[in-house]
Amino acid sequence: MDDQISIEVFNRLVELAALELNEEQAGYLHKQLNNQLRAIHELASIPIDNSLEANLHGVPYIAEARPALREDKAKNCEDTASILSQVPQYQDGHIIVPDIPHTTLK
Amino acid sequence: MSTMELCDLTALELTSLLRQKKASAVEILESSLRRIGEVDGRPGSLEERDLDDEDRAKVHAFITVSDERALAKATEIDRMIARGEDPGPLAGVPFTVKDIFCVEGTNTTAASRILSNFTAPYTATPVARMEKAGAVMIGKVNLDEFTFGSSSESSAYRPTPRNPWKTDRVPGGSSGGSAASVAAGEAPLSLGTDTAGSIRQPAGFCGVVGLKPTYGRVSRYGLIAFASSLDCPGPLAHDVSDAAAMLQVIAGRDEHDSTAAAVPVPDYSAALQKGVKGMRIGLSPDYFRLTYPDLETGEIKYQQLPADIERAVRTAAEKLADLGAEIIEDVPMPNTKYGIPVYFVISRVEAASNLHRFDGVKYGMRELVPGADLQEMYRRTRNAGFGPQVKLRILMGMYTSAAQYSEQYYQKALRVRTLIRRDFDTIFDPNGKYRLDALLTPTNPTPAFHMDAVYGDSVLMQYADQLTVPGNHAGIPGLSLPGGLDDEKLPIGIQLLGADYTEDKLLRIGRAYELATAEDAWRKVLPEVLR
Repeated sequence: MDDQISIEVFNRLVELAALELNEEQAGYLHKQLNNQLRAIHELASIPIDNSLEANLHGVPYIAEARPALREDKAKNCEDTASILSQVPQYQDGHIIVPDIPHTTLK
Repeated sequence: MSTMELCDLTALELTSLLRQKKASAVEILESSLRRIGEVDGRPGSLEERDLDDEDRAKVHAFITVSDERALAKATEIDRMIARGEDPGPLAGVPFTVKDIFCVEGTNTTAASRILSNFTAPYTATPVARMEKAGAVMIGKVNLDEFTFGSSSESSAYRPTPRNPWKTDRVPGGSSGGSAASVAAGEAPLSLGTDTAGSIRQPAGFCGVVGLKPTYGRVSRYGLIAFASSLDCPGPLAHDVSDAAAMLQVIAGRDEHDSTAAAVPVPDYSAALQKGVKGMRIGLSPDYFRLTYPDLETGEIKYQQLPADIERAVRTAAEKLADLGAEIIEDVPMPNTKYGIPVYFVISRVEAASNLHRFDGVKYGMRELVPGADLQEMYRRTRNAGFGPQVKLRILMGMYTSAAQYSEQYYQKALRVRTLIRRDFDTIFDPNGKYRLDALLTPTNPTPAFHMDAVYGDSVLMQYADQLTVPGNHAGIPGLSLPGGLDDEKLPIGIQLLGADYTEDKLLRIGRAYELATAEDAWRKVLPEVLR
């Protein structure tokens, strides 16, 4: 089987995934990705009736197994400090991020 | 090392000693910490250092040993007992936690560099329930990065765990640290997760009991998500009774997880002694042959299961028949062979979705580059923070769920998942032809393989889960039991699969098998690190 994902498609995927790969990484991942697609090639040959329902969940999510919805009520977090302490850059109640790419409208 | 110590006892033996005041929680903890000191070696870390001979002879189950936290908990248990209070059903029992669960105030890494500086602000429900039951968390154990693997070698924290039976072998994965910590007597219980077999496969490799509960039986609140429709937290333990006791504690509805089922939790321990007389247990030829893809043609090739493994399963069936179970042979499970191809699609799509949250903004590491904009910060952070297997899963998930390919891959995989589920519905149907209580299968296609032998080949590694993953697609429970040793004295796992919420039946069969083999010679053999 030929490679299904060309280097151009691969590079586009890398961009969409917000990754940045060096040449060695890209070579390894491109090859593995195509190998995985060969491994799932057999799926295409399975005769499937389109009326067959998709299974999203394994175990049926029947009404008796579903917990009752809890009251839709806002609840304040008691310990915001431990959450905010995880933020890489934080100042005066704001999460700081680098400049957001933008285009100035004329 | 061959002298029996407190840390070698089962959880239930320890709680009995504690209640009789023959051992204190602190003494039990000290025994576990001593064992960790003897066999574990240096914990997994981001330090770049070559392995030496001593490293190669140790287990390396841990990323973090929480000795101070554990000592505080054990001391509290001893005080409760001194005051005559009930310290809970698992009081004083040390347990380890796969480092994919949030535990308040502990470094929670998912074995990934991207979370190396993350301290969890809250505790996962299964861990909280264990602690409420009096169990003592002694540390966070290593795993494949974000659970993506079957050998624990993809962890960013090195040395990665090694198999206590032979330290040149992998412990399996992704709950490799969990299985290794139980096998080495570092803790009698561990909390793991199973998405394609990640509890059962390492349990099989390390000669311990591993239970993947029904999807929704145990809350996922506080579990860092991999594939949200497949992930199941569950116990790894020395024996079936301990696994039952732990499941009793962690199972049940949870207001923090709407997928945690509101199905009553039975008394698992009470069911254990009922025996197997009259139970119907199936054997399927589709679990006695292995499938691998031909990467030239994309077609499926078949291989014979190793003889040692097939013999272990058939011997177990004979023993259960001797105990009064009815063995039903030639049970067809025709869609088993599609388990891995379907998993390649569904798990990657869900993983890619779940991994978008790691971007260096709200928590975790951020790769700062002067002058870089937000997009570049995302790319730099994710590139430096994620290992190769994580990147591979993101790329595969994005490709197979892309609008132009979704019908061909993702939608097709979801429909084939329906076929896999139907296989199980058919054999467990109480009014059907087979009316099985359980299907008995091998857990793994091979015994534990050598370190570095498979890692890097993402297709071959995934096929290590081919006998466990159908249970995840179907959502049903699965129990892996030690089923003997192969010619190289490596453990062989046997697996029981059952209908939704029938963990009690699987545990009952497992306990009967354990009792029937209690005096077998292989049960007396210890892992290499304990000899």
